[in-house]
Amino acid sequence: MKKSVRFYSGAELVAKAAIDAGCRFFGGYPITPSSEIAEYMSHELPKVGGTYIQMEDEIAAMGSIIGASLAGVKSLTATSGPGFSLKQENIGYAYMAEVPCVICNVMRGGPSTGLPTALAQADIMQAKWGTHGDHPVIALTPAYLEEVYELTIKAFNFSEIYRMPVMLLLDEVIAHLSTAIDLPDKEMLVIKNRRKPSVPPEKYFPYDTAYGDVPPMANFFEGYRYHVTGLSHDKTGFPTTDPELVQADQERQIRKVKSNINNIIDYEYYQMKDAEIIIFAYGSTARGARVAVDNARKLGIKVGMMRFRVIWPLPEAEILKHCSKAKAIIIPEMNMGQLSDVIERYAADRTKILRINHVGGVPIHPSYILNVIKEAI
Amino acid sequence: MAFEYEKYLRMDKIPHLWCPGCGIGVVLKAMLRSLENVGWEKNDIAFVSGIGCTSRAPGYIDCNTLHTTHGRALTFATGIKMAKPDKHVVVFSGDGDATAIGGNHFIHACRRNIDMTLVVVNNNTYGMTGGQHSPTTPIGYKTSTTVYGNIDPTFDICMLAKAAGASYVARATVNKGKVLEKYITKGLENKGFSVIVATANCHTQFGRKNKMGDPISSRKWIADREIPLEKAREMKADELNDVIITGEFITDEQERTRWENYNHPIHEYTDAYKKIIEKAQKK
Ligand SMILES: Cc1ncc(C[n+]2csc(CCOP(=O)(O)OP(=O)(O)O)c2C)c(N)n1
Ligand code: SF4
Ligand SMILES: [Mg+2]
Repeated sequence: MKKSVRFYSGAELVAKAAIDAGCRFFGGYPITPSSEIAEYMSHELPKVGGTYIQMEDEIAAMGSIIGASLAGVKSLTATSGPGFSLKQENIGYAYMAEVPCVICNVMRGGPSTGLPTALAQADIMQAKWGTHGDHPVIALTPAYLEEVYELTIKAFNFSEIYRMPVMLLLDEVIAHLSTAIDLPDKEMLVIKNRRKPSVPPEKYFPYDTAYGDVPPMANFFEGYRYHVTGLSHDKTGFPTTDPELVQADQERQIRKVKSNINNIIDYEYYQMKDAEIIIFAYGSTARGARVAVDNARKLGIKVGMMRFRVIWPLPEAEILKHCSKAKAIIIPEMNMGQLSDVIERYAADRTKILRINHVGGVPIHPSYILNVIKEAI
Repeated sequence: MAFEYEKYLRMDKIPHLWCPGCGIGVVLKAMLRSLENVGWEKNDIAFVSGIGCTSRAPGYIDCNTLHTTHGRALTFATGIKMAKPDKHVVVFSGDGDATAIGGNHFIHACRRNIDMTLVVVNNNTYGMTGGQHSPTTPIGYKTSTTVYGNIDPTFDICMLAKAAGASYVARATVNKGKVLEKYITKGLENKGFSVIVATANCHTQFGRKNKMGDPISSRKWIADREIPLEKAREMKADELNDVIITGEFITDEQERTRWENYNHPIHEYTDAYKKIIEKAQKK
């Protein structure tokens, strides 16, 4: 083994990547299966002068990371289903006030307390529509441990580039597995930081669209003394109810992601060249699906996989293309079809969608997926 | 010389949105005079609030200002303070904001004794949403949701703060702006979590439903009920019905070392965390 190679768990990789991305604040509340992330952060952050704080609940944890980020410190929280639900109002605040931060949700079965220690991908839709109102969304779904490190850094970069909360969706397998990994050299990492204002305080507006859809962000205490609110606001940051301004602001916020979709979408093709049957997968479910593809190929079945490393936004153009060409699309998910519902809308009646929806808390076995592939021929 | 409030106000945001004669204005003025007393740089201060009439106060102050979600101001404030422990963080909250929806955050901020100051404007009601009853509406009073008289027992916010571990706790009414200023100033100076409760009139909502719909009669209602803490200490609980006890509930070392405070912090939270950093870095 190379000297730099070490065993890491997924949870540890989230913590390590966050710190390498410049995160210096973690506000959390323990919940299985995410607690290990908090534990690593509590060990490691003080070593680099950062802050770990265990708040009184997830609502508080979410509030604390927004506050810390406004004060100029990159921030992370980690949670699971019930905690993710509690965070939603303040997540909406982070969208409205455009405060960068990363929310890691190690998904578990639900609703309610559900399956605390088992595997699920239950919050694909909550990550998109969990809070009230319209807003842009970026959510990442790593499937391999190497990817956890890479995509956590990406999550921080997206949050800083687009000035918004970003969701990192893990599942229990990804968080708890350990594997030997050779992490990239820190010097090789691309770390993005929020754009700072280039104007003096008297000319600064916190939501000034003169600089594009992502306004430069001054941190608190840097002399800019501006106002932040969760109310609809104008470019000065103060509340407004002017219908045109409110409309324009909502459209701009959604445009932040929409017009940059090609810089955000992220997927991987596997055995797709001649594929007639296509599996759409994400997270740990894609690991079993990949084995199923290999086994089907051995039987001469032309099947491939499109795996989403970023689940929101989806690569719409590519999905549409496959929906109009593929004989069938198979979507294995550890939920009742949260992605399938969306893909069905793209597919319309152009191809058949075969869903695999397992919510019992155990991984979807490759042989099960193989059987569905056989059915699809 | 008259105090120059303009120094601390965002004058382009005036006139404010509060009803004429609302008690919150008195509290804001006491706060601005206190800022002058402690002499802090405006750039170094963050004002944080939740949602409600009271929580609109930061918007008028020329500092770093953050109007958050209902009840959650202290959580945002805690993040700011931990991220920048050398800066000053001051929070405005209504009685509903601080002790109903935000009650959990309130007791935990007290427990941590984190170096911030919280000013709770207690107008005994949910002013902004139309005068529903709050955790501080006295028994028997009418609100838009207690037309037959309130039966919900009340919190004494000062006793709650004291029991939870805040290191400076005081209450004054908007009838005595100078006293309020003194307490807020002491709160800002205290290295730890300070809670100042300002008993205020909301004549528009709470007042109107209880036959005191103007500022004067609402403030008279407050004045009639005020009992100094020293006097209250000599009285029996059943004599202290429908009263407003004013004074300093927790101040100096002597008060803090009384047995009731046996589990209260010996340290301020950001200081304690600095020591954690030192420990972790030595390892
Ligand atoms: C989550 C949530 N619930 C309810 C509300 C509605 N709401 C706004 S202000 C308020 C109460 C305000 O009362 P208080 O905190 O005492 O402040 P005041 O207006 O009296 O100063 C409520 C219930 C809200 N904004 N958010
Ligand atoms: S409704 Fe009550 S608390 Fe609100 S501004 Fe009017 S008087 Fe003040
Ligand atoms: Mg109130």
